Amino acid sequence: MKNKKIREFITKHILRFPEEGTSPERYKALRRNIIILMILVTIIPLSLMATINYYQYQSSLRNEIVNPLNTLTNKTKRSFELFLEERLSTVRFIASAYSFKELSEQKIMNRILGVLKKEFEGFIDLALINNKGIAISYAGPYQFQGKDYSNQSWFQECLINGRHISDVFLGYRKFPHLAISAHNLSEDGPIWILRATIDTKKFDEIISMMELLQESDAFIINSQGILQTNSKFYGNLLEPCSLPVPLGGHGTYVNEVEDSDGREVFVAYSYFFEPDFTLVVAKPSSLILKTWFTFRTEIFFIYTASVLIIILLVYKLTDVQVNHIKEADEKRELAFRELEHSQKLSSIGRLAAGVAHEINNPLAIISQKAGFMKDLITNASEFSEKEKFDELTDSILKSTDRCSTITHRLLGFARRMEIEYEELDLNDLLNEVIGFLEKEAVHRNININLDLDDNLVRISSDRGQLQQVFLNILSNAFAAVEDNENIFIHTWNEDPERVGVSIKDDGCGMSEQDLENIFEPFFTTKKGYGTGLGLPITYGIIKKMGGTIKVESKLGKGSTFIIFLLKFPKKSLEV
Amino acid sequence: MNAIRVLIVDDEEELASIIAERLQFRGMEAHTALEGKKALKLIEENPPSVVVLDLMMPGLGGLEILKRIKTMNYNLPVILLSGYGSKESAKEGMNLGAFDFVMKPCDIDSLISKIQEAVARNN
Repeated sequence: MKNKKIREFITKHILRFPEEGTSPERYKALRRNIIILMILVTIIPLSLMATINYYQYQSSLRNEIVNPLNTLTNKTKRSFELFLEERLSTVRFIASAYSFKELSEQKIMNRILGVLKKEFEGFIDLALINNKGIAISYAGPYQFQGKDYSNQSWFQECLINGRHISDVFLGYRKFPHLAISAHNLSEDGPIWILRATIDTKKFDEIISMMELLQESDAFIINSQGILQTNSKFYGNLLEPCSLPVPLGGHGTYVNEVEDSDGREVFVAYSYFFEPDFTLVVAKPSSLILKTWFTFRTEIFFIYTASVLIIILLVYKLTDVQVNHIKEADEKRELAFRELEHSQKLSSIGRLAAGVAHEINNPLAIISQKAGFMKDLITNASEFSEKEKFDELTDSILKSTDRCSTITHRLLGFARRMEIEYEELDLNDLLNEVIGFLEKEAVHRNININLDLDDNLVRISSDRGQLQQVFLNILSNAFAAVEDNENIFIHTWNEDPERVGVSIKDDGCGMSEQDLENIFEPFFTTKKGYGTGLGLPITYGIIKKMGGTIKVESKLGKGSTFIIFLLKFPKKSLEV
Repeated sequence: MNAIRVLIVDDEEELASIIAERLQFRGMEAHTALEGKKALKLIEENPPSVVVLDLMMPGLGGLEILKRIKTMNYNLPVILLSGYGSKESAKEGMNLGAFDFVMKPCDIDSLISKIQEAVARNN
């Protein structure tokens, strides 16, 4: 059902199938169908391939970009985590290695801070805070001893969790740092907290180690989206980040987003386990996808060029093919017509031969009896109507002669005469034939203009039959012209294999209807005295010799017979 | 000199008889035979001076009769009567020893001159 519908659609709307024949419509449709089919079968796979290529390349390119970005982001995040973990472990170690009492002593605190500063980068100060939130001792650049932290959130959190890493903040000296706190783990005595502040200069170092390009950006934000480091494009430290980054989650992700400046960027973000930070790396996609755009342009050009070439080729090839088909059709048609014609000739010929043969005997009897009558009349001495009878028998004899000419021609037309080849000069032969007609030409003052090629090659042909051919054609020309008119005879070497003869008269010419029929047996325009066999016989002889004959004629303007004869006919050719 | 005896062999009775009549009118002795066997019998019984033989005959064909005549009496001159359509047979007949051939419908004068020629040569 579906197939039928599809076929119906195709035959109705896409391909056209006009009636058989050799009309121009048919070839137009044929050309159209071939072009459509050829373009479809070439363009569809090409388009499919281009599309598949396009998406494959896009995805592989994306992977090539996304994966390293992902890895870099993840690695950098690990660096941050390691940095913070290390500091936290150190603080926790100190908190468990020293007792409250020991840490209460300013001297020890100073010494520990000294060692920390020497061994670890970034430590700024160290404070011991009791369970009431009061700083018991402090080592560092400020005077924080006795400061009350009890109502700060981190203090409560640290009491509960045992540790805490703060967001970045600007301290008294207005440079960014964060605080790491850990409570003591000993079971005896009340809980206390050791708190260290760390310079976040190291964060910038870690980011710079990523070796990002000028157009790229990397920064850290906290759980509220506040920048924990400076960003090149999306705000300063402690300002909210202008780039939309989804908060929460684990692991590393890559998104494609549009930033507030309207740039398309790949954003890789990775969440920290502790503290609640997110590392964000932003890379403009224009930069990344430069190769992609190049590829896309290339693929587009190649595709367009291929399609154009295909269409051009298809058009050209189809033209050539369709013309071949057309020529072949025309040749076939012509061959078929010629075959039909020669079959007609041969069957008419057989019929004519039969009739002629049957008529020949009665004709001979009439002729003999009339002849005898004449003999008798001639010998009879006394016969009153002698002259009249003489005249009558003469007339009978003349009529039987005419009949016998017709039967002979009919038989000649029907017989498959053997062609007897001999080498001959066509110019000489034409002169001989003209010789037969010279008397009439002189009598009627008909001008025979000769333009015979002196270098005409000799041909192999049948002298008698060629004489008949030219005699037939010239007789027709004589019949067509009025007295004082012209006949032109021209010979030339047509090509290495053929010679040409044209016989032109400026006589009465023929109508198109007559022209179509002149090679048909028994067709004659010479009412009363033509047999209608001259030109069919001529046609048959020339065909037998492998030659061609054509006629051009215009009513009132004259006719031209053009004959091409093979120099060396193939002897097997027969009609 | 005795009259020339001509045997006309043609299946067309009217034609054979009118030719015979015309030859007789011109002073020859003419007989007719309408088919091959009768012709051969007549030749055997009373050999003519010349045989005028039609090539297109039912039964024994002209060429076959010619062959038999030639085996019986090689020197007996035979003039073939040929239609236009049997030109090739006429040529073949010439090869078989016929004296000459005349195309139908023939002119009586040319036939007579050929008969006289044949008789003259035979003598």
